Amino acid sequence: MKRIVFALVVGLIFGLGLCLSGMYEPTKVTGFLDLAGPWDPSLAFVMGGAIVVALPAFWLARRRSVAWVGGAIELPAKRALDAPLVVGSAIFGVGWGLGGVCPAPGVVDLAFLSPSAAIFVVSMAAGMLVYRAAAGRPLPGLRLLAQDA
Amino acid sequence: MTIDWAHFTPASALAGGALIGLAAALLILGLGRVMGAAGIVGGALAIDDADAPWRWSLIVGLVLSPLIARVLWSVVEPVFAAPWLALVASGLLVGFGARLGSGCTSGHGVCGLARLSPRSFAATGIFMATAFLTVFVVRHVVG
Repeated sequence: MKRIVFALVVGLIFGLGLCLSGMYEPTKVTGFLDLAGPWDPSLAFVMGGAIVVALPAFWLARRRSVAWVGGAIELPAKRALDAPLVVGSAIFGVGWGLGGVCPAPGVVDLAFLSPSAAIFVVSMAAGMLVYRAAAGRPLPGLRLLAQDA
Repeated sequence: MTIDWAHFTPASALAGGALIGLAAALLILGLGRVMGAAGIVGGALAIDDADAPWRWSLIVGLVLSPLIARVLWSVVEPVFAAPWLALVASGLLVGFGARLGSGCTSGHGVCGLARLSPRSFAATGIFMATAFLTVFVVRHVVG
């Protein structure tokens, strides 16, 4: 129960940050991604503000093993720059550019009962399920890519 | 390059970013998990996973947040410029790509960079580059 309440509060703060920074708004994001048009650098400031606050927490997290609510602190251990990372990130960027939406803002935008947000989130979930099905199945190319993702 | 001064909002961007960083800090120290939205949504879809309940709870928090934001300041409706077919393609690519690449804007772009992870620096550079390129093609080549 503690974990559920804690995660709810984290989700609220995360979402408030996306609302305040304007990042829930696809046109604000594409204003940053369109380098050839009038450029809105806001997204870089959002990342900067977030990283400055999160950096000491991750520094501390590396030196601790147990989380406040209990259970182990799990940090990604993988170091290699492998094919799944490169190909997956490239594909993700194309999708992000097409719609101006990434996973968290898409979920936040569901609150506005916007059909576009629903279309995006359902398609995103479908893409994730396709990945999961492909990663566990002997599809030649995909399996090779996904084996250590 | 010309700066779009009419839409550039450095103060609210920094403040909103700080809130996102605070959420990431609380999740790693409090629950011991990295705040990557793609991993959280993807993990929530695996309902048999032990981490699924808190992930669903975080998703509920995200969906409820604009209702609180609306009380605190004015929040405009999000505008989706892309037609629905482009949004379907966008969603499929975002969902598949983020899972294959082990992260999205929050997982790699915020938490990964804050962890100083070389994988996340590479991932963020790559998805920024393909997103810049995609918007350029959509707006200035095709559009």
